[in-house]
Amino acid sequence: MSGAGDVGPVPSGGERGGYELRVTSYELTILRLVTRNSYFVTRLRKLLIGAAAALLLAGCAESPTYMTSSGAAGSREAALGWTLTIISCAVVALVAVLLVWGLARRRESGTGVSEGREGVSWIYYGGVLMPIVVLLFAFTYSTVTLTGLHHPPGEPKVHVEVIGHRWWWEMKYLDGAPEGVFYTANELHIPVGVPVHLDLRSADVIHSFWVPKLAGKTDLAPGSENSMWIEAKEPGVYLGECAEFCGLQHAHMQFRVVAESPRQYAAWLADQRAPARVPSEPDEKRGEQVFANAPCAGCHTIRGTDAEGKVGPDLTHVGSRLTLGAGILPNTPGHMAGWIASSQAIKPGSYMPTIYLKPAELQTLVSYLQSLR
Amino acid sequence: MATTAAELPLDERLSRIWETRPGLLGALSSVDHKTIGKRYLVTAFVFLILGGVEALVMRVQLAHGALGILSPEEYDQLFTMHGVTMLFLYASPILSGFSNYLWPLMLGSRDMAYPRMNALSYWVFLLSGIFLYSSFLVGHAPDGGWFAYAPLTEELFSPGVDLDFYALGLTFLGISTTVGAVNFIVTLARTRAPGMSLNRLPIFMYGTLTVSVSILFAMPPLTVACIFLFFDRQFGTHFYQAAFGGSPMLWQHLFWIFGHPWVYIVVLPAMGMVSDIIPTFCRRPLVGYTFVALATVSTGLLGFGVWVHHMFATGLPTMTLSFFSAASTIITIPSAVAVFAWLATIWYGRPWFTASFLFMAGFVVLFVIGGVSGVMTAAVPFDWQLTDSYFVVAHLHYVLAGINVFPVIGGIYYWFPKMSGRMLSERLGKWNFWTMFVGLNVLFFPMHILGMLGMPRRVYTYPVGLGWDTWNLVETIGAFLFAVGVLLFIINVAWSRAFGDRAGVNPWNAPSLEWSIPSPPPVYNVAVIPTVASRHPLWEPELIGEQKSRIHEGPTLTDGRETMATTTLDAQPLAVLRMPGDSYWPLLLALSLAAFFYGALLGWWWLIGVGAAATFVSITGWLWPEPPAEEA
Amino acid sequence: MATATTTRSLPVGLRGKASPAFWGMALLIVNEASFFAYLLFSYFYLAAVAHGAWPPGGRPELKLAIPNTVILLVSSGTMWWAESGVRKGRMGRLKLGLLITFVLGVIFLAIQGVEYASKPFGLRADAYSSLFYTITGFHGAHVAVGLLMNLVVQVWVWRGLVTPTRRQAVTNIAWYWHFVDVVWLAVFTTLYLSPYFGLR
Ligand code: HEA
Ligand code: HEA
Ligand code: HEC
Ligand code: CUA
Ligand SMILES: [Cu+2]
Repeated sequence: MSGAGDVGPVPSGGERGGYELRVTSYELTILRLVTRNSYFVTRLRKLLIGAAAALLLAGCAESPTYMTSSGAAGSREAALGWTLTIISCAVVALVAVLLVWGLARRRESGTGVSEGREGVSWIYYGGVLMPIVVLLFAFTYSTVTLTGLHHPPGEPKVHVEVIGHRWWWEMKYLDGAPEGVFYTANELHIPVGVPVHLDLRSADVIHSFWVPKLAGKTDLAPGSENSMWIEAKEPGVYLGECAEFCGLQHAHMQFRVVAESPRQYAAWLADQRAPARVPSEPDEKRGEQVFANAPCAGCHTIRGTDAEGKVGPDLTHVGSRLTLGAGILPNTPGHMAGWIASSQAIKPGSYMPTIYLKPAELQTLVSYLQSLR
Repeated sequence: MATTAAELPLDERLSRIWETRPGLLGALSSVDHKTIGKRYLVTAFVFLILGGVEALVMRVQLAHGALGILSPEEYDQLFTMHGVTMLFLYASPILSGFSNYLWPLMLGSRDMAYPRMNALSYWVFLLSGIFLYSSFLVGHAPDGGWFAYAPLTEELFSPGVDLDFYALGLTFLGISTTVGAVNFIVTLARTRAPGMSLNRLPIFMYGTLTVSVSILFAMPPLTVACIFLFFDRQFGTHFYQAAFGGSPMLWQHLFWIFGHPWVYIVVLPAMGMVSDIIPTFCRRPLVGYTFVALATVSTGLLGFGVWVHHMFATGLPTMTLSFFSAASTIITIPSAVAVFAWLATIWYGRPWFTASFLFMAGFVVLFVIGGVSGVMTAAVPFDWQLTDSYFVVAHLHYVLAGINVFPVIGGIYYWFPKMSGRMLSERLGKWNFWTMFVGLNVLFFPMHILGMLGMPRRVYTYPVGLGWDTWNLVETIGAFLFAVGVLLFIINVAWSRAFGDRAGVNPWNAPSLEWSIPSPPPVYNVAVIPTVASRHPLWEPELIGEQKSRIHEGPTLTDGRETMATTTLDAQPLAVLRMPGDSYWPLLLALSLAAFFYGALLGWWWLIGVGAAATFVSITGWLWPEPPAEEA
Repeated sequence: MATATTTRSLPVGLRGKASPAFWGMALLIVNEASFFAYLLFSYFYLAAVAHGAWPPGGRPELKLAIPNTVILLVSSGTMWWAESGVRKGRMGRLKLGLLITFVLGVIFLAIQGVEYASKPFGLRADAYSSLFYTITGFHGAHVAVGLLMNLVVQVWVWRGLVTPTRRQAVTNIAWYWHFVDVVWLAVFTTLYLSPYFGLR
């Protein structure tokens, strides 16, 4: 069995303790708007919320659910989402009750066909009036949210170009002097509490950038110049996914968003801007040789060395990353060796060929790459 | 012959006129709408099973994260062919099957307006289905998803014949759909029984009429999109290639301008069936007939104005998004009208809990669940989260399996007695209903939750430990439960065909014309062309105290294959129509087209040429006029 | 049981606009018109999102296209002349009209071929060229189909299968031919004229 699905210890982030509270206070407001607090509706609502929350939580703690959010945009989307969910449940409940009641209620006996002119008012009130009222509210709320999300809450201070490749993500940090521009892969570091502007580009087919816990999706399509903004409200590591079918390894095109304090972020930025660390240990030095002699450099760049390939991810600081192979393996020496030696088994169809190296070579190569922090 | 034709009893004379030659050759030439209708039903049902088995295999792979039962190549082909099969080869053709079988019976007519075109549309459907499925034989089934977004589907990213099967197969199938649509429109306009004005039609016919008109405008964008794709792949054009001035968005617009109307095309007739069957089992006319008819038509119309809701995440301007979000919200109103009409009919009626009725009642709940999840996706900011997650998969299955499969199965329970002369087992039917109903919910409800837990669609595997495993396992169990339900249905049909109770003319005491003739209907349908005086011809004694419609007296039309033509709006007698007899031209034409499309697939110009020439010959032969009789 | 009532007061078969044959042609035309509408939609869509000049190689040459348009329009006139001939029972006029229409259609296609040959770009140059050849190509194919119909009907006329009372086939192909002309006007306006109006 391949370790493909094994995400390992990487957390997918977001706190979740306070969530039930938030939801409850929030939907109360909504329901007050939607209904005039009848006893029945209040009971129903409690039941629904309870059930919905239980169902979602039963999904397990680790899921990247967007119904609770750690992002500025995501939380408004989640609020809208809960409202719509509640309305939907209410409508389904209403219809189910009317149906079951209608089926079960007693009638005078007989099997003959009856004339029956009654019932048209159901259409007026249930079929026209009720939906108009409910949908007017829902649509207004949705449109207010839509326009509200159009612009970030503040001027973005961080600009990143995200380039979708089959099947990995390239992040190009655009801020600062031109020499300060650098590439990294499958990992987006952002400062907490700051809107980040993302330019979304595709190198091949359509992909879609999705960090469920932070914000909804936007497509990366060849020929279009989409952009979006995200803002994390809480520090954490968030799972990102490609959401548009892009071929064989669409399932394995993930990434991580690391939201950290502005100070940590600045430190990370400085580290990443620097060229690759020069190997010091003999093992690492030999590994550097292996890298140079194997076909790696044709595809990968390590800034500060002769390796300037553009096909695969920039490996200048690969040792500092959390994951390998577009977010699917934890970045440990063992997994890295496994990836290099059997990328095609782990991620069939990936554009990283399986490279055959002697075990000793592989080991030094991994030490070298792991040292590139 | 001992007796001359005129001395034979009426039914004997009519049978002689309308009968198809026995044997295989006769079967290949038949243009009887009942035969064609049944072929449609059976063929489409076979595709349901094929698509269903594909889905079951997918479900096994997805039962747990990181299973390696299917390779990504296999999975991609399976989910693509599952979607394509269900939407193109099952959902729409099965409804054509119902319409083909039932329309002339409901209209009190002897056949469709174009019997031979009817045969053509079936043969093309069958051959294009075979065309699409032959891709499995070469191990290269389409693998770009049912909406096959460019540029993934361009030659550069999908070399090989996979997507050529898709582009050509759907173009080929489009011919069948279009021809069928034209036939329904003209049949409705021309061959209704005298007196059957537009306000006396069963709602089912409004459903099919609406979708037939929609098809005339909805099929071309798909055809254009597929032709562009094929040209891009084979002739080096650049319609979808941004680097050369094309645009991947062009595909999305064209596809969804087709795609959204299409999803209504595959449900409106089914909803119409519900609107006709619920009243039968509630023993009262439908509440708000006019509203429901108008709702059907307006859903079809509005369906052309919402396509961008499939593209909310593509980075379009906010104004565009709001507009299409509003349109998608408005389109719920006609659906709501229908839902409350059904609810009121049940409320004020006296329900008779047959298996068929259970499917209709179950359908109402499924429709609303699927509908409200559509409303949720119509809210742009929330759709940014929902789109391309399993939530959408949940939505589309509740509406498709709920609004299409349920009425279809329930409709078979209802009309099987008419088609075969035997009742389906009610006991097995109830088991059938409950397994399918529970199975469907166990299978598809958790998909909402998985979507909300952040699971993307179209993944051949997923990481364990994200809280997705349990729900996926539950779904897989539900899928097999649902399959058991389908199996029970098949068993019921197989058993009842041979051993079921005799049905009689009108086992449900239903109101419409198809229930006035023997079960199964004779080849000529109606011995006399009836004259209709109300919306519920067979309920008149009970509703208004007298039989006003004349069911068993009227013109017999025994001078050859003839039926009555009436005026379009109020169905006044207009003329006697001469109908063509059995013919091989439809089959030949369909085969010629198949040769053409296989030629295009293989890049064999000679075969394309042969196909085109044969097409020309078949059409010319088909239309070749009889020498004029001496002018009277 | 069934009582037979006769319907001998009703005509047998329908002619003209009420006939199923005519409805079939009319609906085919509706369907085809929408097909071309989407082709032209694609043109305008790609024009609207184009980055550089549109059309990339400058405005299209009208030297051949305008006379060609006139030829097609005239052929519509001759088709009408032929059809009104059969309505009046003048079979000679029908034969002549169909023949002239046929010849004009062939000339149209020939000129279209000459224009293709004179274009500096091929099908594969860019999205514009793909659109240009595909749209005009589909129109040309429709003209060719119209010519085939014309030919078949001519055969029928000569063999006496079409008579002044049995002329539905002529009506149908005439409508089809007029439709093909109208589509050409739309194609011509879009591909040839709109760049001159500053529409991109
Ligand atoms: C059977 C076909 C069918 C039907 C009938 C519908 C019906 C609707 N659909 Fe659905 N849809 C699909 C088939 C269908 N859909 C498919 C196949 C896809 C996915 C394609 C793909 O990506 O593969 C899709 C995807 C889809 C999307 C895109 C999701 C995405 O990819 O991001 C959207 C977005 O707006 C949408 C909306 C709607 C709406 C608003 C309706 C409405 O018509 C529903 C109206 C009905 C009701 C609402 C219920 C009855 C009403 C009441 C009881 C009244 C009270 C209701 C309220 C007050 C809410 N659909
Ligand atoms: C009418 C439409 C229709 C119907 C009825 C179904 C029915 C089913 N679908 Fe659906 N499905 C679609 C239309 C439909 N689907 C579409 C359009 C897509 C999107 C495709 C895309 O993304 O491109 C999709 C996608 C889709 C996916 C998502 C794939 C992905 O995104 O990765 C899944 C996953 O579980 C799924 C499962 C099922 C299952 C288990 C059924 C079951 O209900 C099937 C049950 C039926 C049977 C099982 C047949 C009965 C068989 C027998 C009687 C034989 C007995 C055999 C055994 C017991 C082995 N479907
Ligand atoms: C033909 C091009 C090619 C060659 C040669 C190649 N790689 Fe790669 N490499 C890639 C691509 C493409 C990816 C991204 C794969 C994916 O995630 O789908 C990748 C990914 C990686 C990753 C994971 C990076 C990350 O952040 O996820 C590592 C580590 C790596 N390669 C190391 C190597 C080494 C070491 C060699 C040589 C022994 C090598 N590669 C040779 C193309 C190549
Ligand atoms: Cu990239 Cu899916
Ligand atoms: Cu839609």
